[in-house]
Amino acid sequence: MTLFATRFASDGGTRLDGAVEMIHGSGGRATTELVRTLFHRHFDNAYLAQGNDQAAFDMEAAQVVMTTDAHVVSPLFFPGGDIGSLAVHGTINYVAMAGARPLYLSAAFILEEGFPLRDLERIVASTARASRDASVPVITDDTKVVEKGKGDGVFITTTGVGIVPAGVNIGDRAKSGDAILVSGTVGDHGVAVLSKRENLTFETGIVSDSAALHGLVAEMVAAVPALHCLRDPKRGGLAATLNEIAQQSGAGMRLVESAIPVKVGALAACELLGLDPLYIANQGKLVAICEKADAGRLLDVMRRHPLGLDAALIGEVLADPHAFISMKTRFGGSRMVDWLAGDPLPRNC
Amino acid sequence: MKYVDEFRDRELAEGLASAIRREAHPSRRYNIMEFCGGHTHAIFRYGVHDLMPENVTFVHGPGCPVCVLPIGRIDNALELAEDHGVILCSYGDMLRVPASRRRSLLKAKAEGADVRMVYSVEDALKISRQNPGREVVFFAIGFETTTPPTAVAIRKAKAEGLTNFSIFCNHVLTPAAIQHILESPEVRSIGSVSIDAFLGPSHVSSVIGSQPYEFFAEEFQRPVVIAGFEPLDLMQATLMAIRQLNEGRHEVENQYVRVVTREGNMKAQQLVAETFELRTSFEWRGLGLVPYSALRIKEAYSAFDAERRFSITAKPAREAKSCECPFILRGAKKPTDCKLFGTVCTPDNPIGSCMVSSEGACAAYWTYGRFRQQGI
Repeated sequence: MTLFATRFASDGGTRLDGAVEMIHGSGGRATTELVRTLFHRHFDNAYLAQGNDQAAFDMEAAQVVMTTDAHVVSPLFFPGGDIGSLAVHGTINYVAMAGARPLYLSAAFILEEGFPLRDLERIVASTARASRDASVPVITDDTKVVEKGKGDGVFITTTGVGIVPAGVNIGDRAKSGDAILVSGTVGDHGVAVLSKRENLTFETGIVSDSAALHGLVAEMVAAVPALHCLRDPKRGGLAATLNEIAQQSGAGMRLVESAIPVKVGALAACELLGLDPLYIANQGKLVAICEKADAGRLLDVMRRHPLGLDAALIGEVLADPHAFISMKTRFGGSRMVDWLAGDPLPRNC
Repeated sequence: MKYVDEFRDRELAEGLASAIRREAHPSRRYNIMEFCGGHTHAIFRYGVHDLMPENVTFVHGPGCPVCVLPIGRIDNALELAEDHGVILCSYGDMLRVPASRRRSLLKAKAEGADVRMVYSVEDALKISRQNPGREVVFFAIGFETTTPPTAVAIRKAKAEGLTNFSIFCNHVLTPAAIQHILESPEVRSIGSVSIDAFLGPSHVSSVIGSQPYEFFAEEFQRPVVIAGFEPLDLMQATLMAIRQLNEGRHEVENQYVRVVTREGNMKAQQLVAETFELRTSFEWRGLGLVPYSALRIKEAYSAFDAERRFSITAKPAREAKSCECPFILRGAKKPTDCKLFGTVCTPDNPIGSCMVSSEGACAAYWTYGRFRQQGI
């Protein structure tokens, strides 16, 4: 066993080699070295520099939002991101979907024995970069190591806190007659990840849409503070998110397939595999539901933001005690848009 | 998207829909069985039935490879994974199909059996190369479409001298099933099911050609129109079938000319013929024992036959009580005729195989058509 610190180049870690060992999680010197020289060097902020087991911060008197999200993804690196940036964006977006301004993050890393340190550094650097770009720092963190075979490389759990601006009150109640908007093309993240799965490698120009949406949300709530719902469709895709909202709201929905933006490349990959883009994961898109009268203004604001260029009005909320979602197909017929059952599986005929 | 949008064009669909409305005589019904689950899926996904007049009905056929596999064969697969300790490789859909006693390969996997989801038989070959110390079995299912790749894998394994790879062969044949449906008492007698015409398989026919259907189009006097999987294919093929019925013809017509020829893919057929032989009979879920309807691996390749290698024998198995899958697979009942549909049996908790695969009639009804059923 060589201590991590002795292998770690003092000039910035570019010659980092070796792998995560059980001793890195022992709580002893090796743990401290790993945290200091790898994690804190990248996260680098005054809160972490204090070296405490917690971060103390003042907050203005406001409604506070808190969320947590566990991240597991295979493969860990995919076109357009990796598990690190995903863990930052995912939690920021959960906070933002309350109309809130995210302030701080925590991050807990579970590492599997044997995981290459070089890859770990890529992930930590990407986590730090994503949090810096979003101006939402990681102010407290933790690391544990599990034996080889008991993890899948790296798992990251992030927690986020934020505050809701005065006057903003986003509920989870869609009402009959409301407009349903989506901020851009659906299915990009899922297709990008699938394209790199073992046994399923295919060529695609599609990259993950992983992005922090709080900037977009801030402009949306400034323009239309009375938004009825905001949600980011992740696993299960747009279909699952809309079904969740429909069920919580006790209302149905009617979608127009031709209005739902999907990139041609994502559509092509779905065709090839027999999948439906409505059920494919996103990491940087949101669904907004608002009064019909506000829809035009909201759409304008969204389309002016770099993360909402392809925003579209995709349907309306209807009175329906069954909370069913139907869709006018591009072909001219009608179909139900149900929850996803199980995992989306490529067809075999 | 090029080569896709053309086959889903709304204006063309409306043109075909009005031609069908014009030509379908209001005085009669047109019950058209689409054989393939791929057709069933497309009908629901694109809402093709919304464009049909009331007297043109699609009867969903048994062409879902996952659905027609009898429970006993899934029990056999469980036996391979659990008792023989092999690495069992299978397509994703198969993992969720309920076996006896509500077990499934997915449950066996959760309990520690080494069951792996693969996307093709090539993946299973790769796994056997990577695990020379383990027995690797590919759970081969499907119609004539998936059979040639299995033949290729067996021959590759032989050429490479792989000694730990074998196939649990469950490949079945489409024409035998269609003939069996036409011969079944429910269809023959003036009875519950009347099937006036067939929409023949698309991908299967690309391999076997259109010629094999000629016998029973003649024998049973039913039109067969080979149809592609795109919604416009289905509509055009439906129109062709209606025209045949109106004119009293019963021929094999090929709507899917961009892929299917009369002879089919001779190279693939030859490969299959060299590697497999007919089973005298094979059990289909829903159809029972169907003579000469499935393939087994030839003696020359017996080393790669998991049935011989692990002495797998047929197991008696009972259908779940009240599950109407067998009737639904024959077109004798609709999914909504089943008591379990949408109550006990849903895609999240499937009781019968038709609710598992996206190509199954029950899953298609539930996923795309639930809003039509009142009170569920």
